[in-house]
Amino acid sequence: MKKLIAEGFQPIDTLIKPNTNNPWSWKDKLFLGLSPKDYMKQLFRNPFNWILAIIYAVGIPILVGRFIFGLGWATHGSYDYPWGLFLGWGLFVMVPLSASGFMMGTTVELFGRKDFKPIERLGLLNGLLGYFFAVVFLQVDLGQPWRLVYPMFVSLGPAAVLFLVAWHVATYLSVQIAELVPATSELMGWVKPKKFIKSIVLGLTIAGIILSTLHQGALGALFTYAPGKVHPLWYSAAFQWFHFFCSSIFGGLSMLIVVSTLSKWFLQWRCDANFSKNLDKITLGIAKGCSMALITYLVIKLVALAHDNEWGYLLTSWGQLYIFEIIAGSIVPLVFFTMAIRTGRAGLARFAAFIAVFGIALNRLNTALIAFNWHLYQEIPHWREFVIAIMVYATYIVVYRAVLYRLPILYTWQGDSK
Amino acid sequence: MKKLNRRNFIKGSLAGGIATVAASGKAKKASAAGGDFGGYPESMGVLVDMTKCVGCRTCEAACNKEQGLPEPDKPFDDYSVFDEHRHGGLPRRTTEKAYTVVNRYNVEGRDHPLFRKFQCNHCNEPACLTSCFVNAYTKTPEGAVIYNPKVCVGCRTCMVACPFYVPAYSFTSAINPVVKKCIMCYDTRLKFGRPPACVESCPQGVMTFGKRKDLIALAHQKIEGNPGKYVDHLYGEHEVGGTSWMYLSDVPFDKIGFDMHLGKEPIISYVKDFLAMVPMVLCIWPALFTGFHLLSTRKQANKEESPKA
Repeated sequence: MKKLIAEGFQPIDTLIKPNTNNPWSWKDKLFLGLSPKDYMKQLFRNPFNWILAIIYAVGIPILVGRFIFGLGWATHGSYDYPWGLFLGWGLFVMVPLSASGFMMGTTVELFGRKDFKPIERLGLLNGLLGYFFAVVFLQVDLGQPWRLVYPMFVSLGPAAVLFLVAWHVATYLSVQIAELVPATSELMGWVKPKKFIKSIVLGLTIAGIILSTLHQGALGALFTYAPGKVHPLWYSAAFQWFHFFCSSIFGGLSMLIVVSTLSKWFLQWRCDANFSKNLDKITLGIAKGCSMALITYLVIKLVALAHDNEWGYLLTSWGQLYIFEIIAGSIVPLVFFTMAIRTGRAGLARFAAFIAVFGIALNRLNTALIAFNWHLYQEIPHWREFVIAIMVYATYIVVYRAVLYRLPILYTWQGDSK
Repeated sequence: MKKLNRRNFIKGSLAGGIATVAASGKAKKASAAGGDFGGYPESMGVLVDMTKCVGCRTCEAACNKEQGLPEPDKPFDDYSVFDEHRHGGLPRRTTEKAYTVVNRYNVEGRDHPLFRKFQCNHCNEPACLTSCFVNAYTKTPEGAVIYNPKVCVGCRTCMVACPFYVPAYSFTSAINPVVKKCIMCYDTRLKFGRPPACVESCPQGVMTFGKRKDLIALAHQKIEGNPGKYVDHLYGEHEVGGTSWMYLSDVPFDKIGFDMHLGKEPIISYVKDFLAMVPMVLCIWPALFTGFHLLSTRKQANKEESPKA
């Protein structure tokens, strides 16, 4: 793509072809204004696509195998370890990293911080795709994925935490789709849908906050069903939901910094001046949010330790893992975020965000897999589980990239942007 | 945790709702006293006197036949299974093909090994039931915890929630994987007032079938009537809110694989902190955040208003 831009190619950002009166066709929009041949050429030129090809070559047969031979063939799921990498990674890690949607909606629409507008849509998209692929992961993991709607319409168990998660994730997915209707409308040249969404955006945003508070918390509360199984250091009946909710705030924001950084590095051609020029300032603004959420999280983690009087466990080997997670995953990014804000170095904030994302992943994997059944034995996921997880995640990246290529997320739509 | 009697509860309630809401720890106790289920009064149960068990595995065979389970890898009169260990050096457990297993424990100071029968304990307030988002589980008034495979989605939260690691899952099936566990022979026997197949088959009379409350009385009678014979603990009387299956032993329970750290609260008690928070968020957040919005955009609103004035 870089080469094409250097040659003077301009990707579509208007409804009407420049210097003419003809609108772009949907085919033009699909191929970014390139001829199909040129589009394929740039596709093959990109080395990342070759890596993807290898992942799919290995992954697709194994994914098919999972649905032919069952979960027992593809995973190390057992009677003791019913959940593995699909939920451990795909649900418990991806959902907090997708909290950016409601965070940015709140910042821009609710608090009226229009200075974050250039990154709002990226935040919303990051949320939508993260949730969508969490559901994809869930579908790979469920024993009978075709019964996904059962908790909604066939047989209801409303007292269960997972019931809340199911309903909220489903509702929130529709909220996020609605929130991204304006971006789609611009590309498609629709007027009414965009106007309609604009009129209900406050309601959508508040719905997003409610749903997010509850289902981010609910994912934590799922583990309160297993008081004897999750190691006490990662378990707190009183605060588990708040740990998960609070860490999702800096998780989602950090992921947004990470994604914007990757866009800056690899999708420079698609970022317009409005995005690129403001990004450093915005990154530091988000870093502030991250640092506040991080310090709150650290305090409430400490309170949980004191509440259940678990200090003794800190001296065990589990305590070492816990201390490592807290220091490397929370304190180090907190220090870096703070330094970045003090000195105004966006690069440092980006570095901190990468570490914070790692910290979230570590925390969720610790809770769901590593410190789960701590008094039994350790289970290492099957290699096929890794392959499928990597492939689904690769699909997430492919879809993410494809949307960023086309929808006005990183750039502002020219023409009827009002 | 201190049991709340009625007077304490009324006192606590009078102390005011505000205090209860503010101190979440106290709120939990109050809600437990208010909504404690404690099991169906006429619930049936089984008392297992492990001192009598000789490890003949007749109950395993009876269960296999009654439930129409597939033939086991080793026949039921093959006692080498007692030497088997699964992942992590753990003894045998129930599987999708076996709803009950008997394990042998060599306990120091006991002249012959102790045998422990393992199956679903049929909790009064089952964790599997309360964690299921499609309501696949039912606690019947007769005491059995039964499962409806027709609505199960296969999320396996029940397996995560069960403190006894009872529900097994047919991981090998791609088309129709379901949870497999003991249902106390509900369909074929319990419903008609008959004891489960394993109980009836036992040649040693290890298991006594009866009303749960009668069995508790019987067990304590046994403990008191034979001083020094039994450990003074009826496992299942209080564990996780009480179970329909209860156990007597002559060696400490933690030496024969029983989890002694489960506590008396049913598993759902640990989740109530979160569940109580849900309606509050649903009710308070909309007004709160709309308020934030009005507050944060007040300057803009003032600006729009001032020219008119």
